[in-house]
Amino acid sequence: MSDGEARARVGNVGNGFAYEEPLLFERSRPGRVGCSLPRLDVPEVDAHATLPEGALRDDLPDLPELSEVEVVRHFTRISTWNASVDLGLYPLGSCTMKYNPKLNEKVARLPGFACAHPLQPVELLQGFLHLAYELERHLAEISGMDRVSLQPAAGAQGELAGIMMIRAYFEHRGQRRSRILVPDSAHGTNPSSAALNGYEVVAVPSGEDGILHPDAIEALMTPDVAALMLTNPNTLGLFESNIARITEIVHARGGLVYGDGANLNALLGIARPGDLGTDVMHFNLHKTFSTPHGGGGPGAGPIGVKNTLAPYLPVPVVCRRDGAGYDLDYDFPRSIGRLHANFGNVAMAVRAYAYLRSLGPDGLRRCAEMAVLNANYLLARLRPAYHVPYDRPVMHECVLSDQRLESTGVTTIDVAKRLIDYGYHPPTIYFPLIVHGALMIEPTESESIEGLDRFVEALLAIEREARENPDLVRSAPHHTRRSRLDETRAARRPVLRWQPEDG
Amino acid sequence: MADYEIPDDLRYSEEDEWARLEDDCVVFGITDYAQQQLGDIVFVELPQVGDRFAKGDAFGVVESVKAVSDVYAPISGEVVSVNEDLADRPELVNADCYGSGWLCIIRPGDEAELESLLDAKAYRIYVEERSEPDQ
Ligand SMILES: Cc1ncc(COP(=O)(O)O)c(C=O)c1O
Repeated sequence: MSDGEARARVGNVGNGFAYEEPLLFERSRPGRVGCSLPRLDVPEVDAHATLPEGALRDDLPDLPELSEVEVVRHFTRISTWNASVDLGLYPLGSCTMKYNPKLNEKVARLPGFACAHPLQPVELLQGFLHLAYELERHLAEISGMDRVSLQPAAGAQGELAGIMMIRAYFEHRGQRRSRILVPDSAHGTNPSSAALNGYEVVAVPSGEDGILHPDAIEALMTPDVAALMLTNPNTLGLFESNIARITEIVHARGGLVYGDGANLNALLGIARPGDLGTDVMHFNLHKTFSTPHGGGGPGAGPIGVKNTLAPYLPVPVVCRRDGAGYDLDYDFPRSIGRLHANFGNVAMAVRAYAYLRSLGPDGLRRCAEMAVLNANYLLARLRPAYHVPYDRPVMHECVLSDQRLESTGVTTIDVAKRLIDYGYHPPTIYFPLIVHGALMIEPTESESIEGLDRFVEALLAIEREARENPDLVRSAPHHTRRSRLDETRAARRPVLRWQPEDG
Repeated sequence: MADYEIPDDLRYSEEDEWARLEDDCVVFGITDYAQQQLGDIVFVELPQVGDRFAKGDAFGVVESVKAVSDVYAPISGEVVSVNEDLADRPELVNADCYGSGWLCIIRPGDEAELESLLDAKAYRIYVEERSEPDQ
């Protein structure tokens, strides 16, 4: 089958408009302007007479000069280059690229939220504080934790906060513990968060079946271990079925358990990390709770704790005063401090709240069920064509590898690049690190069965192409504005800004 | 299986480093197998001269387009020299991992540790075991 026929059969892309777009700097023409200022109607001031020497510059920075419509077209055109979940399936594993309902956007734009100034007195912020107070309690209920802070700006900062709280907890008790256990399948932010807090990271090997085993934890859980960081389901999409025994071992030796909540989407309404022995965890609102992700805006990584760790929560803490509405409580002498200006990324909290309240408990549980069903459906349909390194029923995502393509010379990166020709954002690749040539696919609950089938057809077509015409795959993508970019050179010698040619 | 160069005169660790005794010091780097698995290397982070490591400690980082990996000290000792060229030319590790792509030189704390490393034959078996497609 020709390239064109194969792509037409999957039917996910056609040949629409495809604009080229130079940089604004390259479009610039001296003297062109986008606005006209009114005539000066106040006395002119001599800048040299009023400003100190150091604050004056004698030349203008090299800013581009364009008309308004040129700028509007520029940004509108490059916005059409984006892949987004509003355009199609976005199967980035571990990222939960679910659809962001437009209702959330509507609520986040209510003027009471969108136009509030963060430094308004609390009396004038009662609406948001009420929402924050309730959202904290909903997240606590969903996760089985006791308290929540909405401050951290992303999962990574939530982890940092959580490990800071663990450190503060042991310091307060006068216990010197210097290590943190992190499974070999963990996301890179886990060891980073531990290392940033001065801990030595000890890797815990996963078992042959891809999950953690109590004996591995038993062997490493020495008295100098402060905590185990655990992701459940793990990054292979597998439920850590020994978790109850594992958290018991950690607790029995005086350690704490950090839960990486990135994969909470699989558990909503079904299992609660807090009931499984987690002492502190983060939520990724931009994953599980549908707030925009990646280029779509800032994230939010609230942190949940059991009461033992509540004294260490970041301040201020939103509280309710009897008969006097909501207030901010700074009286946490053992707090790890403030992590974010004001109240964190407020509009994300509003969107997540809208999402939670529109789905309700049953709707949330249904998200988890459908996400798990979708991932298992993909796995079942792709198993005949692709190698499955840990072949067991999965939760919200599945991990394949390029192993069976070895004789064709086609590797994971080529499959990912060729998917772009079929109109799909590639899945996460080469992660988790314990799988050689991993392709990590997370469909989320947003996809219909027809949408999943189309995506499967694309991956099956690519597998056939790899056998029949490997060069086509190895040199993909062919239908984008730029073909294969030299990622190595970009990483070795990054060019980070435009510079005039003669400069 | 892909072809991996495994020189007979070197010793190897299970973390895919090679080591060579030169006078009273040990030069080491990562093996051809490691370099091929990682793919194009874009950044190498090395320790400081004078740093001390125990066998198995992470002492540096090798970053490729695909992944970031720790490099572990194959034996204990003190760093006497690091390959400064890699700061600007990390690609040397891909091009010549046993030569100009060396990582550092350490003065061993205990020379006997070198004997505990794998020889070329044992390392080849270890590499082959891992590249066999599983059932
Ligand atoms: C398993 C896991 N943990 C932590 C994180 C970090 O979260 P964030 O990207 O919100 O900082 C991610 C994000 O990709 C993840 O997949």
